Amino acid sequence: MAVDANTVRRVARLARIHEPDSRLESLAGELNTILGWIEMLNEVDVEGVEPMTSAVETTLPLRDDVVTDGGNSQKIVANAPRSADGFFVVPKVVE
Amino acid sequence: MTKLTELTLAAARDGLASKAFSAVELATAFNAAIEATNPHLNAYVVTTPEKALEMAAASDARLKDGKAGRLEGIPLGIKDLFCTEGVRATACSNILGEFKPTYESTVTSQLWRDGAVMLGKLNMDEFAMGSSNETSRFGPVVNPWKRQDGANASLTPGGSSGGSAAAVAADLCLGATATDTGGSIRQPAAFTGTVGIKPTYGRASRFGIVAFASSLDQAGPIAKTVLDSAILLESMCGHDPKDSTSLQIPVPDFAAAVARGVKGLKIGVPKEYRVDGMPEAIEKLWSDGIAWLKDAGAEIVDVSLPHTKYALPCYYIVAPAEASSNLARYDGMRFGARVEGETLTEVYEQSRAQGFGNEVKRRILIGTYVLSAGYYDAYYLRAQRVRTKIAEDFRLAWQKCDALLTPTAPSAAFGLGEKSDDPIQMYLNDVFTVTANLAGLPGISVPAALDSQGLPLGLQVIGRALDEETVFAVAGVLEAQSGFNAKAKSWW
Repeated sequence: MAVDANTVRRVARLARIHEPDSRLESLAGELNTILGWIEMLNEVDVEGVEPMTSAVETTLPLRDDVVTDGGNSQKIVANAPRSADGFFVVPKVVE
Repeated sequence: MTKLTELTLAAARDGLASKAFSAVELATAFNAAIEATNPHLNAYVVTTPEKALEMAAASDARLKDGKAGRLEGIPLGIKDLFCTEGVRATACSNILGEFKPTYESTVTSQLWRDGAVMLGKLNMDEFAMGSSNETSRFGPVVNPWKRQDGANASLTPGGSSGGSAAAVAADLCLGATATDTGGSIRQPAAFTGTVGIKPTYGRASRFGIVAFASSLDQAGPIAKTVLDSAILLESMCGHDPKDSTSLQIPVPDFAAAVARGVKGLKIGVPKEYRVDGMPEAIEKLWSDGIAWLKDAGAEIVDVSLPHTKYALPCYYIVAPAEASSNLARYDGMRFGARVEGETLTEVYEQSRAQGFGNEVKRRILIGTYVLSAGYYDAYYLRAQRVRTKIAEDFRLAWQKCDALLTPTAPSAAFGLGEKSDDPIQMYLNDVFTVTANLAGLPGISVPAALDSQGLPLGLQVIGRALDEETVFAVAGVLEAQSGFNAKAKSWW
């Protein structure tokens, strides 16, 4: 399952990270080295083994479905790159 | 008289209680030490000297009124991964810009609840991704320890909690918070002659800690002694309704367990941790550790953890996969740095391209790849199955022993720049520590010897889930029997 420059372009797009064309080949090389090393896992017989989902066996607790917090809009936008009147200002999303 | 900054946390607590010195005097001494030393070590990325004095004055008032908490007046450093209200938190990444949290992480809030004093925020690898502190946006931390070869090379303090480890080793705080996803508390502790413990997954709340790999991340302390680490861990742990994986289990008296001894305990020595090319000094330390525990009344048993060699490759699927998902939130919209562009997608792609460093991008790309359509079963699901096998190895070992003894890291501290070009070489630093994260088990690193270059080496103790007490008991014996009390010689 070797990764090529096109795959890197596709994955970078999925991850929303701009990677210039000039970097794609070297990134493909880096990823192949790491993925090649990871291939070692194919040696392990995992037939019938359940995937691990949590480190300590426990049931996920449910909380009461009630409002416990709120009214903090100024705090929430305090770190926004751009905000106005308690709202985030973002680039135009819908044409 | 010992300088105030050279005290252990436990001794400083006694000194404060007996009014030998005040919390303000203690904080003042640390503020001065940080100002003088930090330019050489780069351990702190934010210092909060005024806040420290304010908190110390409040501690003095509580000490006077007999209302002291268990960490009253104790100055601590906080890893930059923890959200601290009103004090910049960036995970040492450019993408967080000048982010000032409007809330406090649960772990730090518990430390302040118990009276601790904040000195500042500590350097780390970007988003805790690294083993040498070289991926920080603020540049690497320099290890206070030097090789004795006269070459004066700058060494790494390890990572990702390199700032925490260096600050403790150089007496720039009495203890520090840290986090451990694959070894990020224990490996830097080993590289700097300090003690670091990662508790059982779920013991400490992850609320307010910048997320890297949620099923592996755990907070813990780095401290000067085993007892100090136990005192800090007790304060950091406990159930938190804000973290659904936080366990609803009472926190034991960890400090009391340190002096418990190992008489009658069975200590397992896993043969798979004897790796090719392990330095002789580490082989020797390991056999010394076995002898020390035997002398103290423990029985040594050979155990096998056959899936050990698959732990790192397994980790390098699980951790990047979870990271790629967790780091999706950094989009330049709600907080952190934004790079403007023509379209929304361009803003996302440029903000993330310029905000993340190369190692973080590499891991996001791997994580995105292994989770992408068609590959999920082959990579992620298989890795989670291998993870079950690794956890089963430990479950079988616990039928034969109560705790495991291993080296913490495969080498002593290495030079800055020595491994930064080869990701896999860097990843191998965590070969002995990562298994405990995958299985969710507690693990401690105790400094126990110096190598031929005069650099500290650590022994690791891994325990059963929720059995930190046995881990502390074994660590206490290792600390006492090794007689390790070396400190980095000041060159700063």
